[in-house]
Amino acid sequence: MTKFIIIMLSAVFINNYVLSRFLGICPFLGVSKKLNQATGMSVAVIFVMLMATAVTWPLQTYLLTPNNLGYLQTIVFILVIATLVQLVEIILKRYIPSLHKSLGVYLPLITTNCAVLGVTILNIDEGYTFAESMINSLGSGLGFFLAMVMFSGVRSKLEGADIPKAFQGLPITLVAASITSLSFLGFSGVIENLFA
Amino acid sequence: MNEILIAVIPVVIIGIICAVVLVAASKFMAVKENEKIPVIRECLPGANCGACGFAGCDGYAKALAENEDTATNLCIPGGDTVSRKLSEILGVEFEDVVEKVAVVRCAGDCSLTQDKVEYSGIESCTAAKLIFGSKGECSFGCMGLGDCVKVCPNNAICIENGIAHINTKLCIGCGLCTKACPNQLITLMDDIEKVIVTCSNRDKGALTRKACKNGCIGCKKCERVCKLGAIKVENNLAVIDYAKCPDCDDFGVCARECTTGCIVTSDFSGIHRVKNL
Repeated sequence: MTKFIIIMLSAVFINNYVLSRFLGICPFLGVSKKLNQATGMSVAVIFVMLMATAVTWPLQTYLLTPNNLGYLQTIVFILVIATLVQLVEIILKRYIPSLHKSLGVYLPLITTNCAVLGVTILNIDEGYTFAESMINSLGSGLGFFLAMVMFSGVRSKLEGADIPKAFQGLPITLVAASITSLSFLGFSGVIENLFA
Repeated sequence: MNEILIAVIPVVIIGIICAVVLVAASKFMAVKENEKIPVIRECLPGANCGACGFAGCDGYAKALAENEDTATNLCIPGGDTVSRKLSEILGVEFEDVVEKVAVVRCAGDCSLTQDKVEYSGIESCTAAKLIFGSKGECSFGCMGLGDCVKVCPNNAICIENGIAHINTKLCIGCGLCTKACPNQLITLMDDIEKVIVTCSNRDKGALTRKACKNGCIGCKKCERVCKLGAIKVENNLAVIDYAKCPDCDDFGVCARECTTGCIVTSDFSGIHRVKNL
């Protein structure tokens, strides 16, 4: 149980996918302008991360590794994740149109998101079991959610700020992103010591 | 050769499985869309202004296609042309659209009134209103920081001499600006009207006069000169009942007799009438 909690918390805070591993930067900068968009995107990412892990982990363990096909990992994972997201989109459109509408364009966007691919590959590299992988994916998704929501708050403050002309737009956003990421460095080492 | 095949075959098999699953899914779970929706959507102007009361043009198209009771004359920017097209597609009787045009009920520009405070905050009327109640001497008037300019989909509004002006030749009558103005100064009116009270100040006459030379002081002279009783002074402000105006045989008497000149006659016919000419 303790191991699950450690995996979960370190995925959310210490190895935060956006702010520490710098994966999934494009949605982080692209859709963090408004809070409701940021939450929509994050929920979609959490969902897809869980689904992707649930499919790719068995694929790796029972198909690729036994047949010495580990080098096909990347291409197979991308293929499977893309299919999965499309499938989910079709199902949502048919059965839960309201959710499909609120996730909107973000669902297809994350088919090739590096954070989703990253989480599935890192699950294998870390040698997690299936349950641990799922926990790690959930934690990573929540970490993404946290980063998005925090950053959308930062950006809404930036909207009203008096920014020098040269910094307006993306430059000041990147500066703000780096400062937000700095704050997350403070978490390193905290969780291990918490349960030591 | 063998090694390449070992790599290629699994990927191809996985790819085929994925493709089959997707094809099957899209076949079995296809959502039938009403084929009228794209046709109707094509007719609508696409301003997504929401004047019809639905969520954008897509929402209106969907409502029209799925619910027969939806009126075809709700699209104000589109006017009669769009209404006619919609009626043809849906096979219902054509209904005339009451074209609207937005007017600013404040004419207190820089020459007639002055600022109460030196405002250097966010360029937004709503923000200024929250902090000071108002930027200018008159707490009902236009602050000229351009909240309405920002929402106008057709660039019909400009700030000139400290107050908002609406170019009626560009105004499509969507009413987005009426919601954006924190002082509710902008109203939509039928674009056949020719007379308007350009003041919204509800303070007592003396206070109004002090704040702005254009302000309606509630002297009730317009009430007396209007033989039809179309003008009433309510809360120290003249209000015109446009329903009575068409019977007027002495057009513009209220404007001529107004002591402060806040009632004006003008041509407010908007974009729709311009096109018809």
